[in-house]
Amino acid sequence: MANQDARPGRLRLAPENFLSDADIRLVQQGRRDFLRKALLGASAAMALPAARAAGEGDPAILELPPWSTSLGQPVAAMPYGMPSRFERNLVRRESPGLTRVGASSVAFTPLQGLFGILTPSGLHFERHHQGWHDVDPARHRLMINGLVKTASVFTMDDLMRLPPVSRIHFIECGANTGMEWGNVAVPTVQYSHGMLSCSEYTGVPLRTLLDFCGADYRKGRYVLAEGADGSSMTRTIPMELVESGEVLVAYGMNGEMLRPENGYPLRLVVPGVQGVSWVKWLRRIEVGDAPWATKDESVHYIDMMPDGTHRQYTSVQECKSVITTPSGGQMLLDRGYYNISGLAWSGRGRIRRVDVSTDGGINWREARLETPVLSKALTRFNIDWVWDGKPAILQSRASDETGYVQPGYGQLRAARGTRSIYHNNAIQSWKVIESGEVSNVQVL
Amino acid sequence: MSRCFEAALAVLLSLGACIATAADLYPGVGRPATPAEVRAWDIDVRPDFTGLPKGAGTVERGLVLWEAQCASCHGVFGESNEVFTPIVGGTTADDIASGRVHALVSGASPQRTTMMKVATVSTLFDYIQRAMPWTSPKSLSPDDVYAVLAYLLNLAEIVPADFELNERNIREVQARMPNRNGMRTDHGMWPGAAAAHGGMGNGGKSDTKNTACMTNCKPAPQVVSMLPDYAQDAHGNIAEQNRNIGQTRGKQTAVAGGAAHAAGGEGPLALAQARGCMACHGVASKIVGPAYDEIAAKYRAQADAEARLLSKLKTGGQGVWGAVAMPPQAHVQDDELRQLVRWILAGAQAR
Repeated sequence: MANQDARPGRLRLAPENFLSDADIRLVQQGRRDFLRKALLGASAAMALPAARAAGEGDPAILELPPWSTSLGQPVAAMPYGMPSRFERNLVRRESPGLTRVGASSVAFTPLQGLFGILTPSGLHFERHHQGWHDVDPARHRLMINGLVKTASVFTMDDLMRLPPVSRIHFIECGANTGMEWGNVAVPTVQYSHGMLSCSEYTGVPLRTLLDFCGADYRKGRYVLAEGADGSSMTRTIPMELVESGEVLVAYGMNGEMLRPENGYPLRLVVPGVQGVSWVKWLRRIEVGDAPWATKDESVHYIDMMPDGTHRQYTSVQECKSVITTPSGGQMLLDRGYYNISGLAWSGRGRIRRVDVSTDGGINWREARLETPVLSKALTRFNIDWVWDGKPAILQSRASDETGYVQPGYGQLRAARGTRSIYHNNAIQSWKVIESGEVSNVQVL
Repeated sequence: MSRCFEAALAVLLSLGACIATAADLYPGVGRPATPAEVRAWDIDVRPDFTGLPKGAGTVERGLVLWEAQCASCHGVFGESNEVFTPIVGGTTADDIASGRVHALVSGASPQRTTMMKVATVSTLFDYIQRAMPWTSPKSLSPDDVYAVLAYLLNLAEIVPADFELNERNIREVQARMPNRNGMRTDHGMWPGAAAAHGGMGNGGKSDTKNTACMTNCKPAPQVVSMLPDYAQDAHGNIAEQNRNIGQTRGKQTAVAGGAAHAAGGEGPLALAQARGCMACHGVASKIVGPAYDEIAAKYRAQADAEARLLSKLKTGGQGVWGAVAMPPQAHVQDDELRQLVRWILAGAQAR
């Protein structure tokens, strides 16, 4: 009986001899609800008010539920809406033991349950360096100084008067998948790849503001972005990105203002570049003629090479992909059809294609890319799979418009060793065993 | 960018300046910053020491500041690994001579300390000045920053114990930084111009090269790593971290409602999580500091327990539970502290 199919909506005939002698004695003693449980599954049976002949149909159909037989909530009962209470499993989570101080930690996006390419604002991953504040927008200022004709100050009112643009881009922490450089360390895609989100950002191109202040583009080939938080996070950004018009001083995210955890009321958006450069609570931009070697450009976010040197100013997030369903920690319900789905992205432009393997990389099939396919944004891919109940290893391999193909673990480690933390974009493998259990493995 | 294109761009930019400035396009928006405003915020210090304030501080004075404001997180000798990774350790006199940290090459040091990695002393000055102490950043004067930095440099044996660091001799210190020659920028992940064109990367050329092979790409997949059994439930119950409908379910890896719970919710437990208390304390398990159960047991039947714990939380504590001290919790409001203390003393129940 333990093997009864508990999926909602499924009706199964009782197999021969499915009751043991003890079960039969219980039934003979008048424990009719026990019989119902055996046939219909515990949760469904508990809701049945009276005996209904087994096999007549699905109680979810035969018994009208309260939402069909009573008055519902009025409009605006939840003036700023929340997800269904049945969705509470999908929230940002910390990885236990990863950091010891919550104000300098990470909460991961639950990629295993998301659809399409946009990340709900409440599930956007968090990474703070000295805790987050809910900054008063009326007291927030943006200063632009350095190699400019006129050092200037802008209020939020000023910035929101300027002509805005809205663009969809991914943001990925440079340390995403960093726990897995040496070996498998975490169970699910939330922890392995969840420092990744994608949103529509609205704001003013930084170029507009630098033009406004009369920036010296000839000498000033670098800008420093600085936040208003305790750490006053600082990062060097190359002027080439600003000149491209892609870098935004953003206040909007997914149609609303930024959430406090994501930099309310103002953050920098630097498409294609690791999240630490997207300075939150942005308070200052300085134009300069040399990079700054800030703490997070000199002690963290530097890439350890096998010869003991570190790569400094590594910023671009190279082409990468991951299957989100089925993925680590999940169970396949049964044999049969599945839609393998996942995300691909590149800091260098558009995704050109994604290939999927179900045999650990021996053979590959090209997946369907779902629209939109945008530059420096997440791209959703899907592909059909009929699981025959045998062990399988699922992998995805993305290529971008520059022709770059996502590397395997062997290739990545051959170039950069195993002691690094940042910029792990290796092909991810999920192993499926006969029971339907999916787990995180690394494959060469 | 080609020379020719650069020249054309320069002409274009100067032309643009003649026609109209961007400021003319958006009248009424923004205003010039006053010199005092720029001074207040422009606190960054670059590797060439642009932005470095005048000042001086001795190792001796640094020690006093360090013990009062820094040691609770970093250890008296900057060696603690309890709250953050260690600052000092892993460097030698040979490293100071060569400018390369040998332990990074040999892998001899279990931890990569700050002093092993940082190549530019300006970085340390800048960061201490803007972000330290942890719970009250930007509270140190320039002289304080010089003193604290002098103390750290002395711990790393870069400067002697009688050293006074100031805005002039910091350049000489730079020439003794143990990993000053340990950084490279010749990689493809700098998004700006290549070194050949005045930038510092290689122009975006990647160091890995894969090809999109489609059939019979290898004889067999070689699984080289998987999650060990003891780590299966380290992230709590995965069944509670997956949707309960759809083509998959989450695997049962722990008892329902176990570790790795979501943030948020209400009540003292949520408050303790929100204020960062749970980073160092568990309800029933020691992390950096003692478990709340242990604290409740220790102070049981002590009439002044609430007042004593409140004062400890405000001013910080040291030595009661071991070598690691707790920093003052200045970021938590008084009524929140009281709520937390009462909750802890009552046994720190989840509700």
